[in-house]
Amino acid sequence: MTALIELERATKRYAGDVVALDDVSISIGRGELAGIVGPSGSGKSTLLNLIGTLDRPTSGTVRIDGHDVGELSDREVSALRSQLIGFVFQQFHLTAGVVALDNVADGLLYAGVPRAERLRRAAAALQQVGLSHRMEHRPHELSGGERQRVAIARALIGHPPLLLADEPTGNLDSAAGAGVMDLLRGLNSDGTTILIITHDQQIATSLPRRLPISDGRMQPIAPPGIGATKEICHES
Amino acid sequence: MSRELIPGRLSLPDLVRVGQAGLRARPLRVLLSALGIAIGIAAMVAVVGISSSSREDLNRQLQSLGTNLLTAGPGKNLFGEDVHLPAESVAMVGRIEPVTSVSATALVQDASVYRTDKIPAGQTGGIQVLAAQVDLLPTISGQLAEGVFLNEAIAQYPAVVLGAQAADHLGAAPHQQVYLGKQWFTVVGVLQPAPLAPELDNAALVGWPAAEKLLGFDGYPTTIYARAVEDDVTAVQKVLATTANPEAPNEVDVSRPSDALAAQQAADATLNALLLGLGAVALLVGGVGVANTMVISVLERRGEIGLRRSLGATRAQIRSQFLAEALLLSTLGGVGGALIGSLVTIGYAFSRGWPAVVPPWALAGGLLATLVLGSIAGLYPAIRAARLSPTEALSTP
Repeated sequence: MTALIELERATKRYAGDVVALDDVSISIGRGELAGIVGPSGSGKSTLLNLIGTLDRPTSGTVRIDGHDVGELSDREVSALRSQLIGFVFQQFHLTAGVVALDNVADGLLYAGVPRAERLRRAAAALQQVGLSHRMEHRPHELSGGERQRVAIARALIGHPPLLLADEPTGNLDSAAGAGVMDLLRGLNSDGTTILIITHDQQIATSLPRRLPISDGRMQPIAPPGIGATKEICHES
Repeated sequence: MSRELIPGRLSLPDLVRVGQAGLRARPLRVLLSALGIAIGIAAMVAVVGISSSSREDLNRQLQSLGTNLLTAGPGKNLFGEDVHLPAESVAMVGRIEPVTSVSATALVQDASVYRTDKIPAGQTGGIQVLAAQVDLLPTISGQLAEGVFLNEAIAQYPAVVLGAQAADHLGAAPHQQVYLGKQWFTVVGVLQPAPLAPELDNAALVGWPAAEKLLGFDGYPTTIYARAVEDDVTAVQKVLATTANPEAPNEVDVSRPSDALAAQQAADATLNALLLGLGAVALLVGGVGVANTMVISVLERRGEIGLRRSLGATRAQIRSQFLAEALLLSTLGGVGGALIGSLVTIGYAFSRGWPAVVPPWALAGGLLATLVLGSIAGLYPAIRAARLSPTEALSTP
């Protein structure tokens, strides 16, 4: 069985010769809980976009579940996203004015699932994140932590093998953030591969695997408990 | 090991629901841009509806009045001089086989009618004094508003029947007197407007013998009215001139008043085409409004587009979503416009006493136009939305 995520010498170059990601090779297996850690501007969002198939590498290959993303058509890559990947964003991206249940059900809108089934599974997903009492609430009636839980429910409603979380606790206070992290850990122990992007060292150190990145390059892995700064990495 | 990568189908109800949700989030803007379309459609439906109603009214009028009335009058001779019909022409026309009834009026030269003898001679009000035969009314399908018409007895005496407009102008009613040809005449009746003989509306009708005795009338008819059997009207029309004046048929003007009414309707059609064009311009402006709304909507909703892409929406599905929104928006305007246009038609027709007719093809055409317009207006924004790269869309909050 191949790794779920496989990057081989992936490079992303933007117009004006800006290299956002330089020759990155990583492999993440099924069931892992890993963190891409780095300061802002380090290229971690670009890396997440490549892994999330939202963008394609300028050179090198990105394989998700064995599919070479660069080779896929728009239809295929969209199908891949709807079947294999769940996204959780820092800004939640919930639809304003629409109740939590419908927001979550939208997670299956493009998977060809009938509406009644979507709603049934949305209710189950909301229960899984502990929000069954908030189904009929609109986003502005929910706390930040609750909104992020709704977003997580939407990401996991299709039971994707891979969950990508971009700074999931970035807009939350520490208590709500800890709750969200507990939820993600729980999902991981149920078998979902989870990749978290964060610049929060505290969260990073709590993860089983860290992938430090800076200036668009992967850094050698720092041992647990020690900060993933460049100097220390070289020493170790 | 790897699954087949085939995107799920977005069902039509889901597509409509997604489009609706997009519109519901911005109700005021949606209402205003739908209004643009509605005004255009309403204008076009109302123009078509009002002209159809007026045509329907004319058709009903013609049906009740008949289209088999012909008139003949003296024209001019080859030298451009006024001529007159022979005195016996009325009787001769009556002898044409398919003619069922015939009557005549004659202009009484140099006679004018005034409210009293104190009115200056110049203020005739344009009212013509006509000598009328007693059987005039049934022949032209005329109706009395009040009083009685001339009969063999009354026609001998200074009595007058006024056309609708003339009565109004003189402020006269039956049993009052008017000053006609320097004598007092008693008003015996007032006519209703006569659509087939509008020249009677502003006329004062006196008896044929009375005109000869009291007003120095020469006895030559100036308008012969003839009813013919419906199927033979054209044939009668051909021989009418020869019959009325066998010596100089070229000096007779023959016409069919119902044709004149229809021609007036045709003249209105030109105006209608102009108004319809204005409606089309309004509709076009409405379409530009929809396109504008949709372009802004795409710019504002990049985050939503990015999210939908991350949820697995294909470019085509994003395109369909915005196209569906534009179509729903313009359909909203189209239906509203058709409704407003119909109400305007009904209101206007009611105020004119016409039957209200809104042709179904006008409604269907209006809706079709909005659908075409909606797809054209929505196409560019939809393509823009679909082309947006997911990462770019997600990076804007």
